[in-house]
Amino acid sequence: MTNRAGPGAHARRPDSLAVPGAAGAGSIPAGTPQDAMPEGGEAIHQDAAWRMILRAFAENKLALAGLIMVVVVALFCFIGPLFWHTDQVDTNLLLVNKAPGGKHPLGTDDLGYDVLGRLMAGGQSSLEVGFAVALAATAIGVLYGVISGFIGGFVDAVLMRFVDIVLAIPVIYLFIDLASEFRPTLWLLIVVLSLLSWLGPARLVRGETLSLRVREYVEAVRTMGGRSGRIILRHLIPNTVGTIVVNATFQVADAILTLAVLSYFGFSLPPPTASWGGMLENGVNFLYDGYWWEIYPAGLMIVITVVAFNFIGDGLRDSLDVRLQRR
Amino acid sequence: MIGYIIRRIGQAIIVILGVTVLVFILRHLLPGSIARAILGIRATPQSIAAFNHANGLDRPIPLQYLTFLNQLIHGNLGYSFRQNMSVDAIVSHDLPNDFLLVGVSLVLALLIAIPVGVMQAVKRNKVADYAATGIAFVLYSMPSYLLGLLLVAFFAVNLRLLPAEAPQAPTITGVLADPSGLVLPIVTLTLVTFALFSRYMRSSAIENLAQDYIRTARAKGLGQGRILYRHLLRNSLIPVVTLVGISLPGILTFGLIVEQLFNYQGIGLAYYNAAINGDYPVVFGVTVLVAAATVFGNLIADLAYAVLDPRVRYD
Repeated sequence: MTNRAGPGAHARRPDSLAVPGAAGAGSIPAGTPQDAMPEGGEAIHQDAAWRMILRAFAENKLALAGLIMVVVVALFCFIGPLFWHTDQVDTNLLLVNKAPGGKHPLGTDDLGYDVLGRLMAGGQSSLEVGFAVALAATAIGVLYGVISGFIGGFVDAVLMRFVDIVLAIPVIYLFIDLASEFRPTLWLLIVVLSLLSWLGPARLVRGETLSLRVREYVEAVRTMGGRSGRIILRHLIPNTVGTIVVNATFQVADAILTLAVLSYFGFSLPPPTASWGGMLENGVNFLYDGYWWEIYPAGLMIVITVVAFNFIGDGLRDSLDVRLQRR
Repeated sequence: MIGYIIRRIGQAIIVILGVTVLVFILRHLLPGSIARAILGIRATPQSIAAFNHANGLDRPIPLQYLTFLNQLIHGNLGYSFRQNMSVDAIVSHDLPNDFLLVGVSLVLALLIAIPVGVMQAVKRNKVADYAATGIAFVLYSMPSYLLGLLLVAFFAVNLRLLPAEAPQAPTITGVLADPSGLVLPIVTLTLVTFALFSRYMRSSAIENLAQDYIRTARAKGLGQGRILYRHLLRNSLIPVVTLVGISLPGILTFGLIVEQLFNYQGIGLAYYNAAINGDYPVVFGVTVLVAAATVFGNLIADLAYAVLDPRVRYD
């Protein structure tokens, strides 16, 4: 239940903070995603998890719309350059700030780059960072959370206080400080964003683990001589897959958004590498000149992409919850 | 419950201490040095060593941390060599401006988000619900500076109705004397905060609408308006404290962006300028301050929930 944003989520939050590891079998919140999974809570197989997600997409129009939007944006960014050849490396001062039309449907920017082609190139880096951060942050967070929840007690308390500490540090402030000293590379951006994004999934997965680890099937595995590693990898993590997938989707959206905001504060990829945030930041200089094509297309791409991922996340979450109500 | 409150406060103190340690370590891992920033890039190693020695910056880092902690406990956030002012003075000068910007925007955002959430719950899956959800979604998915820019482009550049910059008067009374300059920063911050709250208020109202007391009220024969006002709206207010508490870091982040965008003289802008100019004591002090505000917000949220909602049980 912890995966549901809304008052329900934090209504239970003080409770889980107060009694780490004390969620008895009787206090398992009804209607957690794992209830939707195979009876008895055996480790669901990989394909079953995929089927669950696919069914959620098929059932939910919002999620499907989001997915289609993401696919279209991805095709535009990665396949588009195969058909729309532009030079996004060499500047061309003869073609500076040209209004849309003719050979440049979206005009050119202040260095003579074709804006349409630059949108494609910029989308590549934005999407790459978004996906990489979501993957890395989810992997770190899931492992951290499941271990913390599984061990419980004092270790759990210490691990969770560390999460609280990192969570309290204002990210944007940290980045502005970093920006005044570094010019990041793609990898540095991914690493730094990931290191700051794993906290959410860690908390969510830890919360679910607390209620999962006292279930009968975990006891059964233990009785049969299954080791902790097996319980964690084969039983606990697969049973939190709904929460993980929904959260990972939001992570992509958040990473793309954070990336754009960081560009605005100068923490962006060095030229000539394109990014939507960088284009927007650069275009802002021409707000008073009326060069709208250097500002709004990049902004629109960011909004469309982030909305799409949020649609998917919201839709999947609703679908997983809706199924519970039906049971 | 008393036990829970004491435990929760204890946790908050541990977390704030942890934050100071972590930020202190990070600050020393980053390459910039106070002496270099003050004395310039052509300073000799001797003069840098002398500066460090004079200001106690050559002592072991754990010792420096303890000194800092001692100062912090006495309410001293540090000293800005660049501005020749204590960080406390810088912060307390800008704090009223922040209370104005963040406070007014927060109240406005709540005044919009709560009734809209109730409206959405009542008209669930109707056009009005979808419209409000759509607007909140787009606002939420937009880099907040882009929203500010759109407003500037439209109201300041195209229509020439409002100034594109916040009032630059040095004092809060001067800022208040020029309300037209406050409109765009406040509207921007209100809209992004509204987007942050909107989803919570909607699902909270929907959850309340399904409660038994609403059915009881209906069974008693109460009119729709009375049910909405007396029961739904009032009960939707319970999570607001929690919501504001946990949203505080987000709001402060948006606040910094808005301050930077409109050149509004708040702590966020002071931080931004300090970071750019290598004024590390200010950077450090404000980071600790904002982190403490975040922890404090969470604490208040949890405690308020324990006090306001008797249904929540603690052992």
